[in-house]
Order: sequence, then structure tokens, then C-alpha cells
Amino acid sequence: MHWLVNTPLVIVLLVNLFMLGVSRMRSLIYSAAAQGVILSALPLLLEKRIGLMIIIVALVTAVIKGFLIPQMLHKALRDAQIKREVEPLIGFLPTMLLGALGTAASITFAAYLPVTQTGTSTLIIPASFSTVLTGFLLLTTRYKAITQVIGYLILENGIYIFGMLLLTAVPFLVELGILLDLFVGIFVVSIILNHINEAFSSLDTRQLTALKE
Amino acid sequence: MLFAVLIFIPVLAAIAAAATTSNALRPWIMVIAGSLHFAVMLAILVFQPAPIWGGWVGLDPPGKLVLLLISTLFLVCSIYTVGYLRYRTERSNRVLIPCLLIFLAGSSLLACSQQLGLMWIAMETTALSTAPMIYFNRTARSIEATWKYLLLSSVGIALALLGSFFLVCAMLEHDPYPSLLFSHLVRHAGAANAVWLKMAFVLLLVGYGTKMGLAPMHTWKPDAYGEAPGVVGALLASGLTSCAFLAILRVDRVCIAGGLQTYTSHLLIGMGLLSMAVAAVFMLGQKDIKRMLAYSSVEQMGILALGAGIGGPALYGALLQMINNGLTKGMLFLSAGNIHRSYGSKNTDDVHGAMRRLPLSGTIFMLGFLAITGSPPFGPFISVFTILNAAFSRHFFVIGALFLLLLLMVFMGMGRTVLVAVLGKPLPRKRSINAYRDGWMTGLPLVVSFLLVLMLGVHIPPFLTHMLQQARKFMEVQP
Repeated sequence: MHWLVNTPLVIVLLVNLFMLGVSRMRSLIYSAAAQGVILSALPLLLEKRIGLMIIIVALVTAVIKGFLIPQMLHKALRDAQIKREVEPLIGFLPTMLLGALGTAASITFAAYLPVTQTGTSTLIIPASFSTVLTGFLLLTTRYKAITQVIGYLILENGIYIFGMLLLTAVPFLVELGILLDLFVGIFVVSIILNHINEAFSSLDTRQLTALKE
Repeated sequence: MLFAVLIFIPVLAAIAAAATTSNALRPWIMVIAGSLHFAVMLAILVFQPAPIWGGWVGLDPPGKLVLLLISTLFLVCSIYTVGYLRYRTERSNRVLIPCLLIFLAGSSLLACSQQLGLMWIAMETTALSTAPMIYFNRTARSIEATWKYLLLSSVGIALALLGSFFLVCAMLEHDPYPSLLFSHLVRHAGAANAVWLKMAFVLLLVGYGTKMGLAPMHTWKPDAYGEAPGVVGALLASGLTSCAFLAILRVDRVCIAGGLQTYTSHLLIGMGLLSMAVAAVFMLGQKDIKRMLAYSSVEQMGILALGAGIGGPALYGALLQMINNGLTKGMLFLSAGNIHRSYGSKNTDDVHGAMRRLPLSGTIFMLGFLAITGSPPFGPFISVFTILNAAFSRHFFVIGALFLLLLLMVFMGMGRTVLVAVLGKPLPRKRSINAYRDGWMTGLPLVVSFLLVLMLGVHIPPFLTHMLQQARKFMEVQP
């Protein structure tokens, strides 16, 4: 049964690398949406007995990660009239290499960790670590506010993957954590993007330097 | 029952405030809610009700201290807010006041939450309610501060969630369905997996440390405190940071019970000294009085982490310092807010002679500076001295010496800015629109917090000593 969980996780890992190398904002948003939809199916694949709560969480996650947030990002992109390119601090190829190294390191590191029952033969732990690292890379090496928000969303995806390990042990914590994090995501995206755009007529965080020390 | 009342008073008041259409009436709702909250808090401390909701909501000894601090400070700040908003009638406070009340609800819930997940939710509530408050002034600078705050604190809170997951992972070793109550976690921490527990502590320290403002995750602080209204700065610097410190203490207790005392103590001491050093460096030549206060807050958080890391009597000192810092920061931010209002600037290029133009606010600002840097006869002197004493008696000689050196550096750095702002002759007024003069509503809260800080330096009331000792004993768990 492990291939059922591992196949989507391998796709997630590939999407991670793709996102680090992509230069068009639009493709970046689509890949983040695709990753979100793939992840939302994970609880259904992992759980042996599927309850109502799990179906609801999966559906809500899919709608928010795959549709609502990408839609809001597209809208922000249109309104801002900014260049549709990502503008990295470190080039695409070096970040992709860093991402690949991070993935390799995650797999090695996870092998050394004392494993839990579910974690033994699935890719959950390495995929989670690698996705968190990808999120951090996007957050720190890209200039635009939208790219930083996507970085944050990917970071959240990584935590979500880890949550899958604990779905049977502490379903309440995991489900609530997921829903609340999504809520924060929406909050950050919608309110702030609009206001930064109004105040600076740009979504480039390099404009935000008035408070530099 | 009392716990439910404590948390729902501010929530209901927030709804009422959002529904009210009068800009002048809304701050008074905050005062009423603050007074009721204070009364209920006292009742809880006196009657000690049993935990409710399956033990999820109850009070542990450190939680009592934080609740006492938050409630007192909120009441003081709510009176100030009435006075402050009279000068800001041009701007609607329909978002600010409900957010302040939700912040109170969130931080009370955090003080009372005895469950790992609930504590995380409470922290998230306070983080979200804070963002619109920082954006109150709607300037380009304030949106920049809000953006940095929101991004950093969201990442911090996300890492805290991952840390909580790791903690659960550590507990899975012996129990496939672990309870997340702290009492349960502490009891079974001995059987937990040490590797996962160590990783959990690092992530939780970084995550909640971001909210607390420990270096190097402190970068949102100067921006947020600098751009937010003074009263918001006061509540952030004393309420939010104390809540985050409480969260770290609770997690630390679980790790100590898991036999990781040396490990967590080293991490806390390292982060503490780093925060103090960063604050000392950035305070030198700081011209913006509110940003200077933010760095002072980073330094104070460093002292708290250091005290918690050394442990024993130093932990007693750290908890007392948390109360002292909260009250002193209230006094400093509120008086800095008044100075800012009167001069239309918070930069020492423009602000001179505040003691002449605003005798009350200027004097309190000066006294607050003396208090926060640990001069006698104020409260922080006692707590800083306790920590220092404990550092030497527990043979942390190098750390004690570094602590003293950094305290001195902070005193000099902060002193230069404060003296320029407070002494000398005020420049002639540029514009006549700044008609601010010290009044009852904006002056009394300063005096009250000053008297409390002075009292804690001269005589600590027996009930507080008792609470502090209880909290210290509570943190000493056997692995």
C-alpha cells in the first residue's frame, strides 16, 4: 500500500524543484496550487477508516489551497501590473541546486531518525523536510511579496505533510492546525497584498526599506 | 465557570465594540471590559477554581503570574486609550478597539491553556489580532512594519506547530494515542524519544522565540513597535512577549522532565546572551525613541531567557523580571507615545527638553529609563540582581560577567538617547496643530504604572512572593 502514498509524495518533491527553477510567476502559482491539491488527497490515502471529519478537511484544503488562494494571487498579480517574472536574489539554477541538495540531505537525515510506526517505509518525513526547506528558500531568495507568500504556503505544505504521520494519534491537533494555518494564509494574502499595492504601487519588497537599520 | 467568563468577556466586548457606531463611545467599552476582566482575574486568583473543559483550561503557577500582569496592564492601557483616541478623532477606531479586545481574549486563553494545541491556537489568535493594530496609522511605513511582522510571525507560528508535531512524535514511542495535556506530557516525558524531543525544543524555542523577540528572530520588533501607537507597543512589549515566554517555559518543563535540562539550559542561555548583545549594539546611536524601546525589549527578553536557562533562584528572578519589565515597558511606551504626540516626531533630532514641555510624561520617561536599566530603587533592580547573584552562586562566572558587561552597554546606549530627548531646551514648535498637553486620561496610567514599579523595588507584596515561589517550584521537575 505504500506506493499509494509515496507516488504523490514523489510528485510533490519534483514540484518543489520545479518551483525553485521556474521564472514565470504564473507557473509558480499553478505549481503551488497543484501541490496543494495533491496534498489534500493524502489523508484519504493514509487513513484506513475514513470519517466525515477527514473528508471535510480534505475537501476544504483542496478548495482553499488549489483554488481560493491561487485565485487571490492571480488577482493580486493582475492588479499590481508588475513584471510577471520572479526576480530572484540568488539565480534559478543555484537555488535549484540548493533545493536538490536539501532534498538529498532530508532523505539521509530522515534515515537516521528513530522511526515511528507509520514513518518507517513511506517518504513522509523526508518529503516534509524537503518541502519546508523549499519554502524557506523561496521566502528568503525572492524579492516580490507574492513570491514570499508562496514560499510561506509551501512551508505550510511541508508541515502539513508531517502532520500526516500524526493523523491517527492526535487528529484534533492536526486538523485544527491545518485549518488555522490556511486561515492565516488567506489573511496574509488578501489583506496585506492589497494594502502594500496601494501604498507603494508595487509588490516589490525592495521598496520596503524605509525602516532599515 | 470563571475561566469561561474570563475569556468570553473580551470576546463579547469586541463584538459590542465592532457593532457600536460611535467613535467616542468605543474606547469606554474597552475600559468596562478591562475592569470586569481584572475583577474576574482577581476572583480566579483568590478562589482557585478547578480546571474546566477536560483540564484544557486551568492555571499553573507561571500562568497565574502572566494573567495577573496582562490583566493589570490592559486596565491601565485601556484608560490611556480613551485619552489617546481623543487626539485621533480623525481616524475610525472600529478595527483597533475590537482587535485590542481580541488580543486580551487570546492572551488570557494562552495564560490559562494547559494543552499543547490549545496554547498554539491562543498564540495564533494574539498574532493575528496584532497585525491590524500595527497598521492603525495607515502610512507606508506602518504597512512595511505590518508586512514584516506578519510574515515573520506567521513563519514563527508555523515552526511552533511543526515543533508541537515533533513533540507528539517523541511521545508516540510509548503511547500511540498520547494526551497533549501538559501534566500528562511532563509525567511521560521520561519515556519519550530524546532525539525528537530535542528537535521539538529547538523548533518551539525558535517559533515562540520569534513572538517573544529573541535575537536573531527579533527583526520585526523595532519596526512594529516603532510604527504602532504607543499603547499597542506597551501591550506588545509586555503582554505578547510574556505570553510567548510562558509558552517557552511550559515546553522547557516538559523537556526538563525528559532529562534534557543541560541541553535546554545551554540553548536558553545562548539565545539570551545573543539577544542582549544584539540589543546593546543596535541601541548605540539609536535616534528613534520608540525603536530604542523595542531594542530594550529585545534586551529584556534576553534577560528572561538567560534567567530561565540558569534556573533555580535565577528563574525566580526571571519571573519577577517579567512582571517588572511588563510594568516598566507600559510606563515607557505610554510616555513615549505622549512625547511623540506633542512633538509630532519620535526622533531625537527634533525631540529635546521633553521634561520642560511635558513635565509629567518627560519625567516618567526618564524614570522609566532608570528603572528598565536596573537602577535602584525600582523593581527591575531587584530581579536583575537576583539573576546575577544566581549566575555567580551557580558557578556561571563567564556568563555572569558577560551579563554585567552587556547591562552596562545597554545603560550607556539607552542613556544617550533618553538624555537628549528629555533634557535641554525644547525647540520652538514647528506647527501649532500639536496641541497635546498632559491630561488626566493620558497621565494617570503613567503614574499608576510608575507607582507599581516603585513598589516592587521597595517592597514585594507577600502574595506575589508566594506566587513567584510557587512558580519556581513548579518548574523544578525531576527527570
